[in-house]
Amino acid sequence: MAKQNRRDFFKTTALLGAGITGLSSKPAKAAPENILSEDRMGVLVDTTVCVGCRNCEWACKNAHDLPAGNIEDYADRSVYEKMRRPNDKALTVVNEYKNPTNVSLPYDVKVQCMHCDHPACVSACIVGAFSKQENGTVLWDTDMCIGCRYCMVACPFQIPAFEYEEALSPDIKKCDFCFDRTKEGKLPACIEICPVEALTYGPRTELIKIARERIKRNPERYVDHIYGEYEVGGTAWMYLSGVEFEKLDFPKLPQNPAPGVSESIQHGIFAYFVPPVSLYALLGGLMWITKKRDEKEKV
Amino acid sequence: MEHVNAEPVLTKKFWTPGVMILAVIAVNGIVFLLGRFLFGMGAVTNLDNQFPWGLWIGVDVAAGVALAAGGFTTAALGHVMHRERYHAVVRPALLTAMLGYTFVAFGVFVDIGRYYFIWHPLVMWNGNSALFEVGICVMIYLTVLYIEFLPVVTERFIGKVKLPGFISKFNKPVDSLLRVLDRGLSKTMFIFIIAGVVLSSLHQSSLGTLMVIAGSKMHPLWQTPVLPLLFLLSAIAVGFPMVIFESLIASRSFGLKPEMDVLSRLGNMVAPILGIYLAAKIGDMFIRETFVYLGEVTTESVMFTIEVVVGVIIPLRMFLSRTVLKSPTLIFIAAALVVFGVFINRVNNFIVAYTPPYASHSYFPSFGEISVTAGCVALLVLAYRFIVMNFPVVSGHDKKHTPKTKYAIRGTGK
Ligand code: SF4
Ligand code: SF4
Ligand code: SF4
Repeated sequence: MAKQNRRDFFKTTALLGAGITGLSSKPAKAAPENILSEDRMGVLVDTTVCVGCRNCEWACKNAHDLPAGNIEDYADRSVYEKMRRPNDKALTVVNEYKNPTNVSLPYDVKVQCMHCDHPACVSACIVGAFSKQENGTVLWDTDMCIGCRYCMVACPFQIPAFEYEEALSPDIKKCDFCFDRTKEGKLPACIEICPVEALTYGPRTELIKIARERIKRNPERYVDHIYGEYEVGGTAWMYLSGVEFEKLDFPKLPQNPAPGVSESIQHGIFAYFVPPVSLYALLGGLMWITKKRDEKEKV
Repeated sequence: MEHVNAEPVLTKKFWTPGVMILAVIAVNGIVFLLGRFLFGMGAVTNLDNQFPWGLWIGVDVAAGVALAAGGFTTAALGHVMHRERYHAVVRPALLTAMLGYTFVAFGVFVDIGRYYFIWHPLVMWNGNSALFEVGICVMIYLTVLYIEFLPVVTERFIGKVKLPGFISKFNKPVDSLLRVLDRGLSKTMFIFIIAGVVLSSLHQSSLGTLMVIAGSKMHPLWQTPVLPLLFLLSAIAVGFPMVIFESLIASRSFGLKPEMDVLSRLGNMVAPILGIYLAAKIGDMFIRETFVYLGEVTTESVMFTIEVVVGVIIPLRMFLSRTVLKSPTLIFIAAALVVFGVFINRVNNFIVAYTPPYASHSYFPSFGEISVTAGCVALLVLAYRFIVMNFPVVSGHDKKHTPKTKYAIRGTGK
């Protein structure tokens, strides 16, 4: 009888355990899985080629139903007096920096979401509204987002923008790599419009080869660094530059993926629910023992 | 639960000048709150794309969670360790925790852009997200706190159900329902009490994991992989001081005799815990060699110094002294310093330490943000006062010692 009971006990605990792990593995599917396809796409931005015409800004707004205005107005270069950042009304912006060796050839830097290979936003989002797609795109899902803005806290490039003026359904806005266009085989809007081919769209692995080749052929034109090849574990958008990247306001970032540390802490605390369950058992035991002791003292 | 000699404080009127000031602050907060819901976050806050989190997350949520820790530390002491002499403070601490976490949940509700989706984390799980962990734990813990508080409600109404007018015929059924509830709760309460302690330990530490993902955007004086441990330790350390702090304010405002014997005993345990926290913090600082940042005078270094010296070292020294433990005034100051220290620590972690790469200005909360926070705190105090005056929470005013009849697990005691 006693034996039977113990067997039963083991059975129920095993079941319970299975239930718990089942629970934890099922939502793991719903949670963002990091798909890193071998032939995921990327973009190589050559800041030494870009002329700062800002056509890409216009095309991007057009492709995303944001008020874009006339393309002629984008020739106005006075915007370069101040550094601008992408926001809820512009998913990409171009900034201009002085060229220390040639004043007439400034560096123009297009900024947008980098579509990281191990995105901090995907790891951070409380409800999993961000996901990494197979073609390299990092997408945001409007039906899930609760507007907590943790993605903005997490992003090492400070990219996601929030519609602060929107009372009812504020969106998180960022470059979506023109997912709807690329799905149909079209080029991303900004890449299609670029008149000087400062932006090259293609498989990420190919782009790295192209970039290496350019640096090798023109060592005096480029610094020997492909920004985004290794930064925070690699990004889909990568940059070439004629000066140190810090001079162009690129953040100096480590090579390990941004979510690495926090995720391992998180999984340490929760490793298969063992730490919380054992803490529960420990406290339960303690409670039981002290109660017994109290009762003895009473008698 | 505990041997019950707690009773509603009936002696005083609800409205006093202080209470009226609180009401004005609360109304002012509600006005700005309306503005936030009608015109969006941007209309009321100073937040932007560089500073997505501000006062509401740093104070209403992060500091709120930490300061509500009195609930789980006293529950652990009173129930899990069965230290009966602390039972006088268990209920007030439980009430504070319950109100505190309600306030936290409300803070989140106000701060998130799509508040009507606040239930999403219940069905959309991202186990990699520290925020998800905090969110889920806080939701469950809040429920647990309400369950833990139920006995106070049943105790208040059993045998005293007096419904007005024609529904008075339901007096009997409601009474029996309460009795059933009460009996069921007595038998199962230990499950919730332990769950409460576990859940607290979990989300107190996960709260520390939150900012780790910000990486180099967080000042090195605070950014460390052991943040979860530091958060847990500081939450435990602030638990008893918070109980002392509130208990003394409550007895002062209700004109009751402070429970000095219990409070001194609680105070006795503070110094060792604070010591462990301080050791961990300083140890981490030396391992990561971040003391170099203290060499120059910046907002960060000043805030860090205040946090550690005023909020940890001075009260630690005070709690070691017999005189302090015996004196209501001194122990109040010492406790207030710890509360201040942990409050500042959370503000530092979530606001001061956060330096986004492209900020053209720094963040300071707007008048609207401050109003909402102050309004919420005022409402909290008013709710506390109301509940203490109507429910058996405080036992300080009832000095006739009833014999010990009820134990932590009611029903199993005789
Ligand atoms: S740049 Fe920021 S928003 Fe874009 S994928 Fe990386 S972490 Fe996400
Ligand atoms: S704001 Fe939306 S997308 Fe960003 S972390 Fe929160 S829920 Fe996720
Ligand atoms: S890829 Fe599309 S969304 Fe992204 S910057 Fe270019 S045009 Fe805008």
